[in-house]
Amino acid sequence: MADMHALVRLMREVEDQLASCMRCGMCQSVCPLYATTGREADVARGKLALLDGLLREMFDRPDSVRERLDRCLLCGSCQAGCPSGVRVMDIFIKARAILAGFSGLSFSQKMIFKGMLAHPALFDQLTFWSSRFQKLLTRPVNEMLGTSCARVMSPLIGDRHFKPLADRPFHHEVPFLDTPAGRSGRKVAFFVGCLLDKIFPKVAGDVVTVLEKAGVGLLIPQGQACCGIPALSAGDTQTFQRLLRHNLERFPVDDFDYLVTACATCTSTIKKLWPLMAEKEDAGTRRRVARIAEKTLDISQFLIDEHLLTDVPSVGRASKPAEVTYHDPCHLKKSLGVSVQPRAVLNAIEGIRFVEMEGADQCCGMGGSFNIKYYDISRDIGERKRRAIQASQCSVVATSCPACMMQISDVLSRGGDPVRVRHVIELLAECWKDNDNYPSTH
Amino acid sequence: MVNAAIVKQLKELVGVQNVFDNKADRVTYAYDAAVLEPQLPAVVVRPENSEVLGRVVAFCNQERLSVTVRGAGTNLSGGTIPQLGGVVLLTNGLNRILEINSEDMYAVVQPGVITAQLAAAVEAKGLFYPPDPGSQAVSTLGGNVAENAGGLRGLKYGVTADYVMGLRFYDVEGNLIKTGSRTVKCATGYNLKALMIGSEGTLGVLDEIILKLIPPPRARKSMLAVFDQMERASQTVAAIIAHHIVPATLEFLDNFTIRAVEDFSHAGLPVEAAAILLVEVDGHPGQVAEESEQVEAILKQMGAKDIQVARDDAQRDRIWAARRSALSALAKLKPTVVLEDATVPRSKIPAMVHALQDIARRFDLAIGTFGHAGDGNLHPTILTDKRDKGEWQRVEAAIEAIFDEALALGGTLSGEHGTGLAKAGFLKKETGQGAILLSRRIKSALDPNHILNPGKIIGA
Ligand SMILES: Cc1cc2nc3c(=O)[nH]c(=O)nc-3n(C[C@H](O)[C@H](O)[C@H](O)COP(=O)(O)OP(=O)(O)OC[C@H]3O[C@@H](n4cnc5c(N)ncnc54)[C@H](O)[C@@H]3O)c2cc1C
Ligand code: SF4
Ligand code: SF4
Repeated sequence: MADMHALVRLMREVEDQLASCMRCGMCQSVCPLYATTGREADVARGKLALLDGLLREMFDRPDSVRERLDRCLLCGSCQAGCPSGVRVMDIFIKARAILAGFSGLSFSQKMIFKGMLAHPALFDQLTFWSSRFQKLLTRPVNEMLGTSCARVMSPLIGDRHFKPLADRPFHHEVPFLDTPAGRSGRKVAFFVGCLLDKIFPKVAGDVVTVLEKAGVGLLIPQGQACCGIPALSAGDTQTFQRLLRHNLERFPVDDFDYLVTACATCTSTIKKLWPLMAEKEDAGTRRRVARIAEKTLDISQFLIDEHLLTDVPSVGRASKPAEVTYHDPCHLKKSLGVSVQPRAVLNAIEGIRFVEMEGADQCCGMGGSFNIKYYDISRDIGERKRRAIQASQCSVVATSCPACMMQISDVLSRGGDPVRVRHVIELLAECWKDNDNYPSTH
Repeated sequence: MVNAAIVKQLKELVGVQNVFDNKADRVTYAYDAAVLEPQLPAVVVRPENSEVLGRVVAFCNQERLSVTVRGAGTNLSGGTIPQLGGVVLLTNGLNRILEINSEDMYAVVQPGVITAQLAAAVEAKGLFYPPDPGSQAVSTLGGNVAENAGGLRGLKYGVTADYVMGLRFYDVEGNLIKTGSRTVKCATGYNLKALMIGSEGTLGVLDEIILKLIPPPRARKSMLAVFDQMERASQTVAAIIAHHIVPATLEFLDNFTIRAVEDFSHAGLPVEAAAILLVEVDGHPGQVAEESEQVEAILKQMGAKDIQVARDDAQRDRIWAARRSALSALAKLKPTVVLEDATVPRSKIPAMVHALQDIARRFDLAIGTFGHAGDGNLHPTILTDKRDKGEWQRVEAAIEAIFDEALALGGTLSGEHGTGLAKAGFLKKETGQGAILLSRRIKSALDPNHILNPGKIIGA
């Protein structure tokens, strides 16, 4: 039997935060997982009660609690709406780390996190090679969405319509960049992030285009690593700390005014979780992390808040404006309260008619590794999103997070809907491109 | 006692996927929103249709297993804390709106339908379901009926009971009982529906609810007024009613709550004010225009220091944001929140507010009070940390003092949150022993084995 007393001692770290949940149950109204399953163990209140149960030594093994804790999209909807201000995400992340430290990571988690993620160069090589091989395993199903489904049914791939790895990751195109602040007088560092680098390199390229056109100096350091969220959500703090240190070295905080990303999850991780997890680092590191977090902005937020979209060239030679709707990534809206700026970017583009969809801020159901572990539930949650997109009658759905793009592409492609999934920045970048059939597919 | 054989039979009844007997799942059905000790049920079941619901009830009775019905588990009196080793019966598998009849203005729902979802569906058909408990985004209509839930619109529109036209419920033997009807009037038989309303799952299990709908008000207008004396605010409430104006909502916040809300939302509330009154009149546009002018005049006459009248929806939202965030603003101050709902006759509000301030001082506790000034239903909210044993003893003493004060002023222990476990021990103070004995006889007649939510309302 596990030494539960030792675990209880570790859990004391979250005890005070746990006590602030008043069990009002209001999180039921916003939890996308609970909306699908109706199980109390799936909603924040239930999970917090389970952690409380661990503290009260109600369990002689932590496994069943851990399993339920891990069944979560980490979307933060519960925290954003919590009347008691419970820091649910902090608790979940810390508890996952404590439980993983106590029970250990699974074999596949170890392979992925310790073997790959923690070594950015190796990870880059591996994904590069697997992109060569996946062509053999998958076939294009839906040209428009660019997703591929499994030719060979593999248990991991199932029948999902997933985005394939790009032929050439972004860091092959642009391994390094350092340009002086242009007419805007601003210099930003670009944190690319894994999904943009390896699956949506075009979006990363569009970020560079837009920033250059806006007269912004760019720093893209060589060898940047993952923001660390996959490791952290699996409770692997060691790998996370390694990645954090690696990134801190690559991004010298004095060399830029802002750090921008085009991935909602990276933005939220850097702003919220880096400082949270740096609590135990030395004072110097804590200060650096705090300063980076302060400087980190989503790309749309940067462009709008800094008033940089004053001379976007007019586009829209197409006879009628494209109707575009927008999906709020949880990690932008719920975690950081950013929802106005991406819409403002869309509205700044001539040739787009913006249409608000019903429940734009409802989670798409991706939730990182949740999608892999609980694909059926994830798909059910995604279906709701799909219906909302359909109801908007738009031909394009824009968003600000590559993970959401993957999930939404999957559900739309599966349903055969003629809707394109685009990053806000892709649509913006097209204003500078000579493009006859705007907005284009890819 | 629940054993493997029982669990197996339950699985046969409701399906394997609808029985939760893993301890980790059971832990998540051991509590509700009341600040009370959780109790671990032995098994949790979720019937997905009415027939199965009835069979589960009958089965539990036959096996002498205690059953606690659970909607959203948001009640504040311990009504869904199960008996140790008992069965928890979930209603969220029974969540269909069966009918919305615009012609005859009623709706028929299953008990697990969420209050706000019905309200929205009804609104989409151009009708109105007024009861709006603060928990409506999650609470179920079954829970609302079983607690007789109120809300902000109680003064003019009444509480859940005022909208229940009929019920269908399972008695403890699993017989389907029908009471009330789809008609506006109904004078047949005993009024069993009245007995079921507020019965907290102790007399039967609700299966279908027929709810009255009304036409929505065509116009509304909101106002906020600031007072530097509690008495003034309270006299103003009396004056409004004396002018035969019945606002849809008439709410107040005390100084402690105003400060908490201001700290939390920086909405520009006056932190020195003794009280803020929020008033909304609704109805026919002509009537609303006239009444809102009258109310404004009364507010001025009664010496309100500042009056804001909402000119549009955005301003209206801003005014109500203060009231809506009252509980969250208070809740963020301390880990444990004890939300009471002692209610007094309207005219006794100043006395009650004074008494509450005195109790806060006497027991050295932080208490913020807000609530439904129009109907005398106050929410004294004690902010504490239940892990602090010494303070928790003072909290318990303060709760008793609040009850005593409310009763001394001719009021009641609970305006809307129900008796449950939390107030079962105090009920005698309000009703006397006679009512309790009669209630126990009724209980024994309807539930001879005492399996339906034992311990709630009338004690064990
Ligand atoms: C933040 C917050 C705000 C609140 N605001 C208000 C308010 O403004 N006004 C108000 O009145 N209350 C309020 N409440 C209290 C609570 O929400 C209400 O009592 C509500 O009616 C409970 O609904 P529920 O679905 O959560 O019921 P539950 O808590 O699940 O159950 C309540 C009781 O009903 C019984 N029950 C449930 N379903 C059935 C059924 N089908 N058959 C028989 N018995 C059944 C249960 O056994 C239990 O005794 C609030 C609570 C919170 C947490
Ligand atoms: S909304 Fe917040 S306080 Fe309420 S149950 Fe959920 S986590 Fe706890
Ligand atoms: S993070 Fe999202 S999925 Fe997880 S409990 Fe909160 S609302 Fe539910």
